[in-house]
Amino acid sequence: MKKFVWFVLTLALVLSACGAPAAEAPAAEAPAATEAPAVEAPAATEAPTEAPAPAEPFRVAVVMPSAINDLAFGQSMYDALVRIQEEMGAENFEFVYSEGMFVVDDAAAAIRDYATQGFDLVIAHGSQYGSSLQEIAPDFPETSFAWGTTVDTFGQPNIFAYEAASHEGGYVNGVLAAKLTKSKVIGVVGPIETGDAKLYIDGFKAGVAATDPDVKVNVNYIGSFSDVALASEAATTHISAGADVLTGSAQMVVGAIGKAEEANALWFGTQSNQASLAPKIVVASQVYHWEVILKEIIGLVQDGVLGGQSFTANLENGGQVIEFNPDYALPEDVRAVADETVKGIVDGTVTITLP
Amino acid sequence: MISDLFSVTVLIGILASGIRLSTPYLYAAIGETFGQKSGVLNLGVEGQMLLGAFAAFYVAMTTGSLWLGLLTAMVVGALMGLAMAYVTVNLHAQQGISGIGFYLFGLGMSDLLFQKLLGTVETVQGFPKIYIPVLSDIPGFGEIFFSQNILVYGAYLLVPLAWFVLNKTTLGLKIRAVGENPDAADSLGVSVARTRYFTIILGGILSGVAGASMSIALLNVFQQNMTSGLGFIAVALVYFGAWRPIGVLGGALLFSLINSLQLWIQVLSVPIPSDLAVMMPYVVTILVLVATVSKVRAPSALSKPFERGD
Repeated sequence: MKKFVWFVLTLALVLSACGAPAAEAPAAEAPAATEAPAVEAPAATEAPTEAPAPAEPFRVAVVMPSAINDLAFGQSMYDALVRIQEEMGAENFEFVYSEGMFVVDDAAAAIRDYATQGFDLVIAHGSQYGSSLQEIAPDFPETSFAWGTTVDTFGQPNIFAYEAASHEGGYVNGVLAAKLTKSKVIGVVGPIETGDAKLYIDGFKAGVAATDPDVKVNVNYIGSFSDVALASEAATTHISAGADVLTGSAQMVVGAIGKAEEANALWFGTQSNQASLAPKIVVASQVYHWEVILKEIIGLVQDGVLGGQSFTANLENGGQVIEFNPDYALPEDVRAVADETVKGIVDGTVTITLP
Repeated sequence: MISDLFSVTVLIGILASGIRLSTPYLYAAIGETFGQKSGVLNLGVEGQMLLGAFAAFYVAMTTGSLWLGLLTAMVVGALMGLAMAYVTVNLHAQQGISGIGFYLFGLGMSDLLFQKLLGTVETVQGFPKIYIPVLSDIPGFGEIFFSQNILVYGAYLLVPLAWFVLNKTTLGLKIRAVGENPDAADSLGVSVARTRYFTIILGGILSGVAGASMSIALLNVFQQNMTSGLGFIAVALVYFGAWRPIGVLGGALLFSLINSLQLWIQVLSVPIPSDLAVMMPYVVTILVLVATVSKVRAPSALSKPFERGD
């Protein structure tokens, strides 16, 4: 009996700690692209394609831990692929995806499957997939892989790395937040103190500190990417502690945004545009536009370069954009400060000191 | 700073959010207590919660009726319970494994329905807070205990009700008899199958309500896998509470209060690394369990399929 108690306990621990795996089979869904051969040259691609028009569409597969509609990390990649498809045309660009791949083993299997099926580019959209990719990539020297968010290509000729300079957008959000807070207390709901989320939050804190050193930023890492209930309670805690402006990173913040709305506190989004969840209180979102980087990668692959380079999405190259919520009446002078800050980061006059 | 932890605002904050956080655990774990008392271990709680959460959210959003949403969650939970009962009672399936199967079904199905019917994270206007007259005006206590939504009150009323049913009624006696010694119960004319069907379906209904309490009362959103392991913790809480509703309440409160304490610890910049802070509820729960588990005895027939010996 005791043994069983331990079994249940361990199960509970493991499942809750790693945000419970989504154990579905890889739900590869092909968009409505047809197999019809594309005879025309790709008309609108900005990628440097001096090579003759490819007879077959460029095929991309992406594997991601969360969902394509998570209003966060997964969605940012999905939206980017949709934009590329709109630009290049469905006959020249096809993509499929596997979402909900919290279990790295499942993701690794999906990555290998896609490589076997001969996709031109296989994207492993999650830093936890790195070590799997390191093993898989050498087996498919003809296939190009992209992995993010990271800068590490493992020195392999067929791996591209991509990351986001999320501290830049975080800094801009922080400047705005410091201008808008009346209580001088700002709350941050984070997942786990690492990677992209930590970078965003550190940038946010730097932006607040540079604008108004009297403003207090309370940060709360809840230890999970999926625990909506705890994220919501974290937001309530911030509000009880006096915060009137909140922000947060990763997909579980949907719980926090609701609590911010109830308390009429302002919200700053990141990764994807979160204004649809609470149109009255979302001021601005830092949105990733991975297509800027993906187009470069696609261009390189079409020219025969399969990897070995790393890319950063930032405010300068348009891989990151601050999207303001049109339904929120942002005072014009504050908006001007935001625009200046963006300009300053791009031309280098604003330097962001991270802790 | 550490001294800030002892201010009135913080204490009220910790207690009020502890009460809210414990709500889904209570529904799910009380339901599981009924099942285990009758000898059936249901590990599918998490899946039942997810489907219940989705059903409640979707129906509430499309019809505008929260009560209809809640009812749908109960029906969905009951159906899941019915399926679980058939598999474990009639087919004598290994309970742990089939429970995990139901968990995976609920996880995948709720995700699929979410993708097909909603497509993106949306919000709904959930059950409002009910301020109980007079009582909610008591400083401190009013905010903690008497300014919550109806499903929070329901969860706390469920605890004495479950205690009463299990210990003071014939039905409760039958449930316990079936869980301790199904052969004896059977020979006395108590239907083991019918009793277990009842408890498993009841557990399913309460898991459905647990899910609904998240999606249309506490959080008012639905996201894939939003329960994130909560249903499994609920199963552990039944062991923790030694198969007694009051023990389950104690466990749920302890776990939730420490969780809200760690949220405040971080907000007040108490110098503890965030990784350690988020570990606290689990560590404390395990320590308490280790200290108490040897003193209690599980229902003798727990997780054993019943076959009538002729």
